[in-house]
Amino acid sequence: MNGARILLESLKREGVEVIFGYPGGQVLPIFDALYDFDVKFILTRHEQGAAHAADGFSRATGKVGVCLATSGPGATNLVTGIANAYMDSIPMVAITGQVGTHLIGNDAFQEADVTGITRPVTKHNFLVKDVKDLARTIREAFYIASTGRPGPVLVDIPVDIQRAETEFIWPETVQIRSYKPTYFGHPGQIKKAAKLISAAKKPIIYAGGGVITSGAHQVLRELAEKIQAPVTLTFMGLGAFPGDHKLCLGMLGMHGTAYANHATMESDLIIAVGARFDDRVTGRLDDFAPNAKVIHIDIDPSSISKNVAVEIPIVGDAKNILGELLEQIKKLPDTSEWLKTVEGWKKKHPLTYKDGSKFLKPQYILEQLWDITKGDAIICTEVGQSQMWACQWYKYLTPRTFISSGGLGTMGFGFPAAMGAKMGCPDKEVFNIAGDGSIQMNIQELATCVENKIHVKVLIFNNGFLGMVRQWQELFYKKRYSFTPITSPDFVKLAESYGAVGIRVTKKSEVRKAIEKAMKTKNTVFVDFRIEPEENVYPMVPSGQAINKMLDGLA
Amino acid sequence: MRHTISVLVENKFGVLSRIAGLFSARGYNIASLAVSETMDPTISYMTIVVEAQDEKILEQIKKQLNKLIDVITVTDFTKKSHIDRELVLVKVAYAAKDKQKLEDILAKFVGKIIQAKADIAIIEAVGDQEQVRQLLEALKEFGIKELVRTGRLAITN
Repeated sequence: MNGARILLESLKREGVEVIFGYPGGQVLPIFDALYDFDVKFILTRHEQGAAHAADGFSRATGKVGVCLATSGPGATNLVTGIANAYMDSIPMVAITGQVGTHLIGNDAFQEADVTGITRPVTKHNFLVKDVKDLARTIREAFYIASTGRPGPVLVDIPVDIQRAETEFIWPETVQIRSYKPTYFGHPGQIKKAAKLISAAKKPIIYAGGGVITSGAHQVLRELAEKIQAPVTLTFMGLGAFPGDHKLCLGMLGMHGTAYANHATMESDLIIAVGARFDDRVTGRLDDFAPNAKVIHIDIDPSSISKNVAVEIPIVGDAKNILGELLEQIKKLPDTSEWLKTVEGWKKKHPLTYKDGSKFLKPQYILEQLWDITKGDAIICTEVGQSQMWACQWYKYLTPRTFISSGGLGTMGFGFPAAMGAKMGCPDKEVFNIAGDGSIQMNIQELATCVENKIHVKVLIFNNGFLGMVRQWQELFYKKRYSFTPITSPDFVKLAESYGAVGIRVTKKSEVRKAIEKAMKTKNTVFVDFRIEPEENVYPMVPSGQAINKMLDGLA
Repeated sequence: MRHTISVLVENKFGVLSRIAGLFSARGYNIASLAVSETMDPTISYMTIVVEAQDEKILEQIKKQLNKLIDVITVTDFTKKSHIDRELVLVKVAYAAKDKQKLEDILAKFVGKIIQAKADIAIIEAVGDQEQVRQLLEALKEFGIKELVRTGRLAITN
């Protein structure tokens, strides 16, 4: 069997259902094998789209996403998508073609040192130099990508290796002596954590994407309800705890809710689960939660004590550890006073916006979307204001219903990611909340959606600006709107030219109907919402401030 | 403060670049680095001297190293009893009349002359950080023309 065929057989053994990618000179043998191979292949219109689609597929399903590109420019076009998956710990395997082994290092046509380029943005990568290593390498790549703290793994396969013949031997087990993730928390540490929880007066659970990765959402809910602690979520954690639960405070941090930020700052115990105290969460570190002790549960030891001093570190899988912790908590803390205080903040500082202008308000659109779907949809987003509004104004009830670029903040992620999510969950309604800037960064994937009947509904919040940068310019650069006003094509006509459906909405009264129509339409739909041009995202914590020093935008 | 760390790694293509890349990407400083094969040819041994302002950064360096897939073990010698050595080769300006003086210095410290020509002597020294420092300090009066050193090696005792 040749290397190309071995690759595909290996992917099949790993349960791969769909590959996103783009052909090219150094992957011809693989594409030849794909021609009559039993796996779904989606031809994107740009390799970046393939990487984000694989990522979106993974976020929606929990499975490993797969993308495929040729050497040189094909591979470098994947890099943003790989870096994006790396920052958000998304399991993904990227396969790239490489020039023949005898040409490597020769500045050959379409050659790039792809393992070199992707080393800092992959969990691990491989260059396959012998076809006999190929099946085992693919097995290891999937194993590394999906275990421990997940992440993208790249496998670079020279074209002569794709053509070389050998016997296909699938290794049934994987043994990597230097890679052994910890799954079970230290029992002594868990006991200590339980004691600290029992003694707490003002505990808060701070949950992140690790809860979703580990499938710990159910046990997290049991813990929160048992100890009656409010729960705040990181951006990556949205969906890990029901957004409509009375203990839920929503997202914290720079654009978090005021009550989540106040509760975090005033707490005496932070139970951090699968979250990494990133700078958008903590604001000014020296002032962060000054009276709180911290229990930090994470599968990645390097996330613990990186930014915030931790009393009780527990390394391992969140689901296992929370399960143990639940059993160890014998005495329940009395949090009734604390919950009253938190409730007070909720009443005093709700999320709010001023309506009544002649323009549409983005918050209103999201309220309508929530009202129609009641959480039964997958919401993908681009990056910027539209993304932050989607965090604030929609309630995520279950894991994997919010798909967005967190750590890297990649504009152009949402549309291809929505495409991947829809491929993974064809029965779910999939929306992409976009800005007029972001949508234009991977708009070519309209062709992919139409061609493959991937019916994604794109809600464009069109304000004629690169809105988040404009907001910073308004607040911190004296309204000098340097290169943030942006023109766009007629999105309705554009969608139509691709064979998709376009709808324009300018009035509040049309919003609900337009969303309902988009949902009913059996096609990819672009809804062009003309929104308030200079609407800001509030609350907002200016960069480098303590997170309870919010601007509320109402003064 | 400087700390000595040893790292056992898979002897694979690109592993040095993974280690070096980690240090540069995260802004850590390598003061010296020595790499060699072990008795097991599939494993390499690296001794890295790192510059870390505080315990927190040292901890991060160790954790980040451990996170690399090809890293098998990380040992921090900071709080471990150990012996460390480095090898230096020094070329000093030399005249026959200085011979006795130079030999006195070398006898006092850890060096020996491995080659002496009319105007140049090459000195070899193996010692710990302090011994090497003292030797180099003493040799300054002769004029150090060239200096090469291996970087530190360490072993627990």
